[in-house]
Amino acid sequence: MIRDFFRILKMDLTTGKATLLERPGRNQYLGGTGLAAMLFEEFGHLDRDWDDPEQPLIFAIGPLTGYYPLMSKTCCAFRSPYHNQYAESYAGGKSALSLRFADLDALVVVGRAERLSALCVGSRRVETRDVEYMRGFDALRTGRIVRKIFPGSGRRSILRIGPAGENLSAYACINVDTFRHFGRLGGGTVMGAKNLKAICILGDRGFDLPGGKEYSALYKDIHKQLTTTEMMAKYHGLGTAVNINPLNELKSLPWKNLQQTSSPEADNISGERFAQDTLLRNAACAGCPVGCIHVGFVREQFQANNQYLYRQVGYDYEPIFSCGGMLEVTDAPQVLRILDVIEKEGLDNMSAGVALAWATEALEKGVITLEQTVVPLAWGDAENYMRGVEMISRPPNDFYRLLAQGTLKCARVYGGEDFACVLGQEMAGYATGEVFFISEALGFRHAHLDSGGYSYDQKYEDKNVTQALDFLVSDARERIVLNCMVGCLFARGVYKDALMAQALEAVGYGALNESLASIGERVQRLRWRLRLGMGYDPLKVTIPKRYTEVTTWKGPIDPEYLDALRIGYAARIMEMGAPLPETGE
Amino acid sequence: MKALRAVRMERCIGCHSCSLACARQVHSVLSWNKSGIRISSAGGLSTGFEARLCLACKPAPCAQACPTGSLAQRRDGGVIQKKNLCIRCGECARACPVDAIFLDHQVNPYVCIHCGRCVEFCPHDCLEMEELPRTPKDKGGSDD
Ligand code: SF4
Ligand code: SF4
Ligand code: SF4
Repeated sequence: MIRDFFRILKMDLTTGKATLLERPGRNQYLGGTGLAAMLFEEFGHLDRDWDDPEQPLIFAIGPLTGYYPLMSKTCCAFRSPYHNQYAESYAGGKSALSLRFADLDALVVVGRAERLSALCVGSRRVETRDVEYMRGFDALRTGRIVRKIFPGSGRRSILRIGPAGENLSAYACINVDTFRHFGRLGGGTVMGAKNLKAICILGDRGFDLPGGKEYSALYKDIHKQLTTTEMMAKYHGLGTAVNINPLNELKSLPWKNLQQTSSPEADNISGERFAQDTLLRNAACAGCPVGCIHVGFVREQFQANNQYLYRQVGYDYEPIFSCGGMLEVTDAPQVLRILDVIEKEGLDNMSAGVALAWATEALEKGVITLEQTVVPLAWGDAENYMRGVEMISRPPNDFYRLLAQGTLKCARVYGGEDFACVLGQEMAGYATGEVFFISEALGFRHAHLDSGGYSYDQKYEDKNVTQALDFLVSDARERIVLNCMVGCLFARGVYKDALMAQALEAVGYGALNESLASIGERVQRLRWRLRLGMGYDPLKVTIPKRYTEVTTWKGPIDPEYLDALRIGYAARIMEMGAPLPETGE
Repeated sequence: MKALRAVRMERCIGCHSCSLACARQVHSVLSWNKSGIRISSAGGLSTGFEARLCLACKPAPCAQACPTGSLAQRRDGGVIQKKNLCIRCGECARACPVDAIFLDHQVNPYVCIHCGRCVEFCPHDCLEMEELPRTPKDKGGSDD
């Protein structure tokens, strides 16, 4: 059922009309990030801002989605409200398999609905509903209602936004099936600008599988590797939260707005501690037997006489870093309470946490005042951080309105740029050293997963600029191939070249094997071309002073090495994203 | 005679490995519906998951409702499916008290045949093949 061409549903919210499109390009772009970039080239506008109704919001899956375990993610691409450039974000849940079973390689949403709407697409269905009554509903409540209006439990995915998306905070996320998110760079904001509260994808078809034993046997083999070997034990066991303790020991755990890179308190919010005190159960993306999603619980007394309620809140390493360590909230249930509010408001949790960390330090230093923050934000004070989150989502004043557009944007007006922990966007939780800082600050998605800069820092102590840059470019390219498949990056140790080749072969797509590396390069270049075409200038990216003040296990950051990497990586990006020669590719 | 039971669903992580395995191995399709076992959340993901699958009734209402004998009673419970006899009327799914039979858009019924091939794909050991109690009266009346 893997086609030579892509089958795309384009939904125009302005006209209410849907169009089914077929596009060639499987051999050039594979799917996922490649397909999304290809579609952005066709439907996006380099000369219009992110909130132009005609800008597309794209969801794309890969050729192997659903065919193998952990081929379970969706790539979401859009022009970002955060920096007004091309961006993408990944999420799982049931989104990928729902698109597969809706018989779509991609869903492209353009236009703007007149009133707040919900969209439902399936293999035999396209429908928009007026949901103006949901305005202001939080993301969880929205999910509950959408479940009722578009039935299909177990074979649908529900994507939705909270108030932050409606109010156009630049880092509103799209919540996917309660526990997953297109978190970064404002996908939820794009939905908000389109007046689109929710998307329900009905995965209501099935497809013939290749005959013969090969495919089934290979599936079984991969499934077994993933479930019985140690390879994925980390993700299944403590989950990514397992990283807290080792990063703390390595002096690479951002703490208290990166005033510190470790803390004796870190153990109180470690993966071990979360597991022991709050872990309720695991969950998984559809098609993934690993189940890395960790759901914790908080219980709260809401009335005297032992009246309690409880909530279930998903946690991971990143949210614990941003709403725990960065805010010096060192009690697991308190971290979960903050995360719960972020979840409901529909914000990216890393951005929200890091923004509040900056605001806390700014208030402490007198850069801003209580008049601006409204509540006395203070390290460790979960209650006020919960209020802070709500105010980012629903700003009561100019300060929060600006903070909701990005920490650095706010700092430029109020001061305190030096200690804004922004690497392209609010940073991820790795203070491992120079290579990571540059990788995230300049990288395509400003994500720690763009390339393994954090692990490079941990592996190599020497300061060989060329070697580090070579690594960043080639590692990113390899990850792009997996992002074209839209496999979970946690499985990158499993789906090595040889296995990937076998996997494609077994579903009759072995012909692509020869060209995977060149596809990776083609997509890498196309993505940069789009970024640069929208005004990205990597040389203008600055690294806030705070990053030169930190100390990691290697000692203090070396500003010269940092700068050489910055200039070098910017040059590589400019080169990769250079316009095509006239003859074309 | 054994039947598939979803005995430990409180452990379920919602990975759909079981339904994908059934669809793949038993029905040769890529699907999470066209399968003898389907996973859905009880009411949103925070409520946990439930499995829709054949409870191995005896007598089986679906078999009784089937006008063509496409679904026939198994000796100790559940049904045997003969796909070539099916006229796709959908009566079986309507008759099933627990919504265990899935009808695709062409009204092909999918029902668990209790072969147990999904069991090894469940990473959390939620599923199990259990011996069904023998029905004394029907001794010797085996049709499996
Ligand atoms: S759909 Fe097929 S199996 Fe079901 S009752 Fe009708 S004939 Fe029997
Ligand atoms: S026992 Fe067989 S038929 Fe029943 S769900 Fe499992 S794999 Fe499918
Ligand atoms: S394989 Fe097991 S854990 Fe996964 S959905 Fe099925 S019953 Fe649940």
